[in-house]
Amino acid sequence: MLLIAATADDAIRGISDGATVLIGGFGNAGQPMDLIDALLRSGTTGLTVVNNNAGQADAGLAVLIRERRVRKIICSFPRQSDSWHFDAAYRAGEIELELVPQGTLAERIRAAGAGIGGFFTPTGYGTMLAEGKETRVIDGRGYVFETPIHADAALIKALKADRSGNLIYRKTARNFGPVMAAAARHTIVQVSEVVQSGELDPEHVVTPGIYVDVLVAAEPGRAAAAQGRGGLERVDTP
Amino acid sequence: MNGKLDRGGIARLIAGDIPPGSYVNLGIGQPTLIADHLTPEQNITLHTENGMLGMGPAATGDQIDGDLINAGKLPVTELPGASYFHHADSFAIMRGGHLDVCVLGAFQVSGTGDLANWHTGAEDAIPAVGGAMDLATGAKEVWVMMSLFDRDGTAKLVPRCSYPLTGIGCVTRVYTNEAVFLLDAGSVRVRATYGVPFTGLASRIDVPLLPPAARPRAGDKPAGRPG
Repeated sequence: MLLIAATADDAIRGISDGATVLIGGFGNAGQPMDLIDALLRSGTTGLTVVNNNAGQADAGLAVLIRERRVRKIICSFPRQSDSWHFDAAYRAGEIELELVPQGTLAERIRAAGAGIGGFFTPTGYGTMLAEGKETRVIDGRGYVFETPIHADAALIKALKADRSGNLIYRKTARNFGPVMAAAARHTIVQVSEVVQSGELDPEHVVTPGIYVDVLVAAEPGRAAAAQGRGGLERVDTP
Repeated sequence: MNGKLDRGGIARLIAGDIPPGSYVNLGIGQPTLIADHLTPEQNITLHTENGMLGMGPAATGDQIDGDLINAGKLPVTELPGASYFHHADSFAIMRGGHLDVCVLGAFQVSGTGDLANWHTGAEDAIPAVGGAMDLATGAKEVWVMMSLFDRDGTAKLVPRCSYPLTGIGCVTRVYTNEAVFLLDAGSVRVRATYGVPFTGLASRIDVPLLPPAARPRAGDKPAGRPG
């Protein structure tokens, strides 16, 4: 059942301490800042976060890490010029890092959503990142066995949703959104706008509504309108 | 004999060697300079790992859009015919062998084509791999763009990489400021040198080198045309 939340704080309710949370975005493109800020305000801690990066500068995921809400991060590219909050936490031994090649990260998330128990990938074969993993030579080529990344919740950002939960994205902000939406048990989506069902061309829908549990419109006007109804609105008739 | 190449010179050389009609990924950092030297006549389509084909030049002024960035997280533009797709599809494009050429930077390349470019292995280093292993493993041709020697004068073309590997036996060409190397089944042929004679080069590198071929050989041809 799809819920439309009045605010980001309403939207992220139900994420408990110690949860594994997929967070969309590549750098700041597609990063659901409103939902992350709400998660920060909620005080939830001990999280395992899955994201391509480990936060940039002083916003979004970087702040969650600064506040030591993240016990472990699973990512491909933590270190960059403005990842100072991650760097500090890592050097202090206050965050665990599981480093995964980017394509393997995306495919492990995709596998979770698609009900795949694992897969053999050539990426990383013979490298440090394959140490301790099962390998197999198939048709003369080496492969590494990788397992799916399931999650309690996904926080993602899309451009628009309709009241059936269908999503469209914008440019390279799409990145991990579609695979994360499918992989989590509970998918929460920040959008600019929620439109009536029928307003999105079904041929253009990127993420079908079956994967979406909660929507929140971040656009100020829409959020204010939703606030009048308060809390969470259950969508029975799209 | 011409002088040593600067970064722009290496980038121009690589750009000219990319076969027309290719799908190409230029990674992050130095190799992205190559894009500035591609001509419209070459009809090259650039792939960026964060979910786009048909990437255009860097965005400036009003063109800057936070939703349209490259793998280095810098604002870029889209060209007519561009497409967007999610991350699992973007890496299926790499891993599935659909890219004709990728060009990566490197700490070290071995004579057998092993690549080390993601981690120095130093105890206090924070490792970050990104899409490097997927590109090294998946692209039909993996070209490296790097300086031939590091600041201490140590060659980066080595018998065996001492840094942690990115991929095994994946590099097919190495473009440097002093020479271009063609790697083929364990043999390393110098295609051309810049600012140094072949003999002077061979004495400073601990990998057996074949001299430039008198006439074009199979290994000298541009990378295979896209299939």
